[in-house]
Amino acid sequence: MTQTKAGPDIVAGRLPEDVYAENFSDLHPLLESHEAQVEADRCYFCYDAPCMQACPTSIDIPQFIRQISTGNPTGSAKTIFDQNILGGMCARVCPTETLCEQVCVREVAEGKPVKIGQLQRYATDHYMAENDTTPFTRGAATGKKVAVIGAGPAGLSCAHRLAVHGHDVSLFDAREKAGGLNEFGIASYKSVDNFAAREVEFILSIGGIELKTGMRLGENLELSELRASYDAVFLGIGLGGVNSLGVEGEDKSGSMDAVSYIADLRQAKDLSKLPVGRRVVVIGGGMTAVDIAVQTKLLGAEDVTIAYRRGQDRMNASEYEQHLAQTTGVKIMTWAQPKALVGANGAIAGIELERTQDQDGSFSGTGETITLPADMVFKAVGQTLVQTDLGGSLTLEKGRIVVGDDRQTSLADVWAGGDCIFGGEDLTVTAVEDGKIAAESINAALSA
Amino acid sequence: MADLRTDFIGIKSPNPFWLASAPPTDKEYNVVRAFKAGWGGVVWKTLGEDPAVVNVNGPRYGAIHGKDRQLIGLNNIELITDRPLEVNLREIKQVKRDWPDRALVVSLMVPCEEQNWINILKQVEDTGADGVELNFGCPHGMSERGMGSAVGQVPEYIEMVTRWVKQHSRMPCIVKLTPNITDVRKPAQAAKAGGADAVSLINTINSIMGVDLDVMSPAPTVDGKGAHGGYCGPAVKPIALNMVAEIARDPSTHGLPISGIGGVTTWRDAAEFMALGAGSVQVCTAAMTYGFKVVEDMIDGLSDWMDQKGYTSVDQFVGNAVPNVSDWQYLNLNYIAKAKIDQDLCIQCGRCHIACEDTSHQAITNMVNGERRFEVIDEECVGCNLCVNVCPVEDCITMEAMTPGSIDPRTKKTVEKDYANWTTHPNNPMAVTEAAE
Repeated sequence: MTQTKAGPDIVAGRLPEDVYAENFSDLHPLLESHEAQVEADRCYFCYDAPCMQACPTSIDIPQFIRQISTGNPTGSAKTIFDQNILGGMCARVCPTETLCEQVCVREVAEGKPVKIGQLQRYATDHYMAENDTTPFTRGAATGKKVAVIGAGPAGLSCAHRLAVHGHDVSLFDAREKAGGLNEFGIASYKSVDNFAAREVEFILSIGGIELKTGMRLGENLELSELRASYDAVFLGIGLGGVNSLGVEGEDKSGSMDAVSYIADLRQAKDLSKLPVGRRVVVIGGGMTAVDIAVQTKLLGAEDVTIAYRRGQDRMNASEYEQHLAQTTGVKIMTWAQPKALVGANGAIAGIELERTQDQDGSFSGTGETITLPADMVFKAVGQTLVQTDLGGSLTLEKGRIVVGDDRQTSLADVWAGGDCIFGGEDLTVTAVEDGKIAAESINAALSA
Repeated sequence: MADLRTDFIGIKSPNPFWLASAPPTDKEYNVVRAFKAGWGGVVWKTLGEDPAVVNVNGPRYGAIHGKDRQLIGLNNIELITDRPLEVNLREIKQVKRDWPDRALVVSLMVPCEEQNWINILKQVEDTGADGVELNFGCPHGMSERGMGSAVGQVPEYIEMVTRWVKQHSRMPCIVKLTPNITDVRKPAQAAKAGGADAVSLINTINSIMGVDLDVMSPAPTVDGKGAHGGYCGPAVKPIALNMVAEIARDPSTHGLPISGIGGVTTWRDAAEFMALGAGSVQVCTAAMTYGFKVVEDMIDGLSDWMDQKGYTSVDQFVGNAVPNVSDWQYLNLNYIAKAKIDQDLCIQCGRCHIACEDTSHQAITNMVNGERRFEVIDEECVGCNLCVNVCPVEDCITMEAMTPGSIDPRTKKTVEKDYANWTTHPNNPMAVTEAAE
């Protein structure tokens, strides 16, 4: 192992001041009007369109694109918001390359799908710039009260739809700010200019939603009490826990949790004040792994490696995200799993990795090891539901909440959605759909 | 390389591509640039009498665009030349002297009095120009003063003025026709009766390009008001082709030389006009959109196509499509075609299905055995071609003729080998039946 410095090299301000803004600027800037027209013209307005089938929120994509094409971006945004009130964020963060754009007939025909995500952003940004509130009108007050726990994509979607139906919603969030992963988790170059907070404000403008921050289930909120004082409860609590690597040395300084570092990064007023290692190793293969790797690289880390225990084709991060990492200068090392974090004086100096193999479907370590020097090692190997918060009253499977098609849990007055439910896809857009479905189900139950 | 030289009513040019009488041919500077670029000839922008007309000082043009601002149709409210007659005549003389191998025709428009025509013809003859084109087509401005299309819409006037021109001038005379009439054969017949050597068509079409919904005024808008202009460009080509064909196949005008005009943008457009009987073509919008360089590919492309087809001179294919321009009543009703979808090329957009399902014959599936799949239902397909037209993939859907002797699954009848048309069809009350015994 080469030691270039006595202690770990973790400092802030690795880059000239002006480079931060450039590095963390919009990944896909808003399309100009003419670009949007030309792109919209590429849409074939398919019958029973495959893109629409692939959208977890079933947005009528050909319709909204046609509305852009006809010079009706406001109508286009309404078409989007009708199915997905977080259409603005989804336009930015959806892995469209594995959803709508993957099945676009032009992807099939020529490998060049219509830029559905960017067109969606064009329409929703237009609407949000021109209008103070959502295109929905709040229905007559029903007098029913619903508690929505978690102001992330699922909770926001659910709260909005409930408010539309005239119910009074208390929207609780553990953090000091609403938005959930949109505010604290999404890579910052996907959501610039404080978009997550602006979208929250947009959604809450429907009225009838009271936001209560700093309220954490299991601390100052109890599910049993909420059930007693509200007509229904929706849980959109996400995954509060982080999986550990389970290897020696994980307690050393420089061993970091990707999720909380990203949250710090997202909330940082000045990125040049955020310390980052010279050499960074990320353990994991999902979106979070790519997000932390790319962002540390953009913060000025010299050498960033994602170590993943299987082949690149098995990574949960989409091919597009993998390419984004690689073109940013991140190395992706496959078939390697962490064995130990090594170092002296309570700080890590490197990570020992073991080569792995998959022989006839049987995964194992080969015994061969390699040590990479590292000032920071990030774990991005998945998150877990903090079950103790739920008071043991809900049916779980594989550590997540079991729900039915209508997102109702094993408790008749409790619904759930987003990352915390079993069988979900851990995507913003599926969380939005969960919230919407649950709200409709809650409304039906309360109207009965 | 095929020989593109053209002899159109005795006016020779190195190729059949002429610039139409329009802004690009308003002065020596432009015309010389055009000749340098390779254009075979020009029709000089219409001369009138002094004092020269004036133009509006606001927009003269309006356009229809595709999504990427491709110019599909253009209209204008510009009048004939607004330069003094003497200046134009001097420049015409100079250009003809400097470019003797190019066609130089002069467009004319003066009031319908014999003496006015005598006067201007004399002056044009002195320039050495190859011929004159009578502008009986401009639909805006000049028509309000009894000229342009106001003349072209009255066959008697066309015949009268044409006769004067032939009587008082030795120059070949082309009569330029307006499409703003119901039957283009009538003015063509009148031109021929008056002694015209040729007709050229189409001039521009009366049009409003759009409405500015903020000021509630037609476009182009001049200080809050708009007047109809003349429409041209790629969008008018189908209308022009039909009018050219009507004249080419009408027994009374068949053989009358035609200079084809209307949306010619490529060599193929030109070849199509020529196949329908045009001995030369005139171009304006393509040049006004892209500059004079477009002629290079017109020359090259036409020549290459002629080589491929084995034509060595343009007269070998001029008019070759005319015999196949028919009337509906003579189309073969025993010809039966069915659409066929190439599943390897199909990208499953479903447009063929929805077009057929919503608006036509319910003859294309959208699901087969629970799978998204678009197949023609031969039992329902009438062979209308709509699916071919709406399909975004070239050659994915084709119309295939049924073999005589086979059974049409739609009608359950045998496909007949012999030609039969409406004139003898039993459903036709006017059918020509065999003489009674």
